[in-house]
Amino acid sequence: MTVSTLASSVASPRKATAAILANTVLIVIALCFLLPLAWLVLASLDVKATYQTQIPEQLSLANFAAVFNPELTFLPLWNSLLLSGGAAVVTVLASVLAAYPLSRYTMRFNKPFMYGVLFGTCLPITAIMVPVYSLFVRLNLLDSIPATIFFMAATSLPMAIWMTKNFMDSVPVSLEEAAWVDGASAMNALRRIVVPLMRPGLSVVFIFVFIQAWGNFFVPFVLLLSPSKQPAAVSIYSFFGQYGAIAYGQLAAFSVLYSVPVILLYVLVSRGMGGSFTMSGAIKG
Amino acid sequence: MLPLAPAVVLLAIFLLGPVIWSFYGSFTDAALTGSSAQDPQWVGLDNYLTLFKDPVFPLSLWLTFVFVVASAIVGQNFLGLGIALLINRASKVVSAVVGTAVVAAWVLPEIVAAFVAYAYFSEDGTLNQVLAAAGMTGPNWLYSFPMLSIILANAWRGTAFSMMVYRAALNDVPVEVTEAAMIDGADGIKRLTWITIPMIKNSIATNLMLITLQTLSVFTLIWVMTAGGPGNESTTLPIMAFQEAFKFGDIGYGTAIATVMLLIGAAFSLVYIRALRPEKV
Repeated sequence: MTVSTLASSVASPRKATAAILANTVLIVIALCFLLPLAWLVLASLDVKATYQTQIPEQLSLANFAAVFNPELTFLPLWNSLLLSGGAAVVTVLASVLAAYPLSRYTMRFNKPFMYGVLFGTCLPITAIMVPVYSLFVRLNLLDSIPATIFFMAATSLPMAIWMTKNFMDSVPVSLEEAAWVDGASAMNALRRIVVPLMRPGLSVVFIFVFIQAWGNFFVPFVLLLSPSKQPAAVSIYSFFGQYGAIAYGQLAAFSVLYSVPVILLYVLVSRGMGGSFTMSGAIKG
Repeated sequence: MLPLAPAVVLLAIFLLGPVIWSFYGSFTDAALTGSSAQDPQWVGLDNYLTLFKDPVFPLSLWLTFVFVVASAIVGQNFLGLGIALLINRASKVVSAVVGTAVVAAWVLPEIVAAFVAYAYFSEDGTLNQVLAAAGMTGPNWLYSFPMLSIILANAWRGTAFSMMVYRAALNDVPVEVTEAAMIDGADGIKRLTWITIPMIKNSIATNLMLITLQTLSVFTLIWVMTAGGPGNESTTLPIMAFQEAFKFGDIGYGTAIATVMLLIGAAFSLVYIRALRPEKV
């Protein structure tokens, strides 16, 4: 107590200047980061939008109304939901199952496996869509939604296994031991005791994978060819190519509709987890 | 043992598969269409020989290097660390606003972020409006300064990650240590260089490596903003691989470029894993 009062009373005039300086610099940074986004919001509400950031003469929801139809918005968003939801479910299931033996049993290959997983986390897999494309051609998996889901799940699996194992390590073994004594199998103990206890951690993994898959453009852009199967990320790009040069307002409105779900999910997680959610399992491990 | 099976199968088919296929495919003349598409022939090192003679390849390597160093290691990393350091000294409202503003650019789907950046840097875009308000005429950024535009855009988009890593790391630095140094008369800069930075050096290493690998694979942002152009002035390796494969139809050649990228990524990851050697595996 004495230390901190001494420090603050001695340093207070300088601390005040430092605080003003910090506040000013941060406000400037915040403005720089928000400025590009202002265009998106204003243009979506402006029927006469251009690339300029301008206050709309008349606020209108006409842009939203124009894109609010099955072909332009609902189907692509449904496809996005299918892809990201599918990838997230597959990833969470596979990583819970994999994390259990890795976390609970000491096996000779645990260490090499986890190092391999860590290595997989680092590989720039999304940068090598060319060989992925030709592999999909060879396996006859091109333009298949399930195959794209499995590919997206596999690319997020290393990170997910890493996070899930760290979450699982913090669930005490003693509870399961009690269940084992009572005759529960390992799988039963996992399902009835471990998974319920690590529900917050698993929802972080789920949402983490979901947000990544929802925002992913390159993977579906290369692997899904029929417009009826393409997610919003890709349909928005074709829209940009066809009408974007004319209908900036609609492009912005479409972008807003597409972005809102992940923003809401992010807010949900960061409220629940106290901020830096992606770091909790992944980095500190 | 059995519960590992789904993960192992998935990883084997969809992660290890493409990696092995990448090496194999780079030795074939696979094409997008035509007879070489149905029945690719083994061509040995031909693709690599072409690659090392291709004047675009060294340019592309250099541009990728510049992109990673300028936008990730300098831009995202220092900006993220700076914000994380300042945010503890700022008022609650300001830190909440900055945190939200920085994270907003990062949470957006990448294609939306790319459109926003495109609009911002385009000739009649927001940046030039700001310059005009200050009495200057801005250039057509995307055409005249393509690299600068994509570097700034990627720094804008990715700083949130570094900021979050460093905020978490700084929270773990015990207050007593910095206070003790303060009593001993160390000023702010001394405390930062001799106490704070050494104490978070693991986080710095992790962050540098992760943002390097993320930036190495950036495709969408560049594709939407400049598509590698004008000419090849902003053609980083992912763009080059994509164009060779899908624009010029030479899948084998594109795969050889992808393989080079994989090797670069693998080298970085090995250095990182060795340097960090996570104890809790």
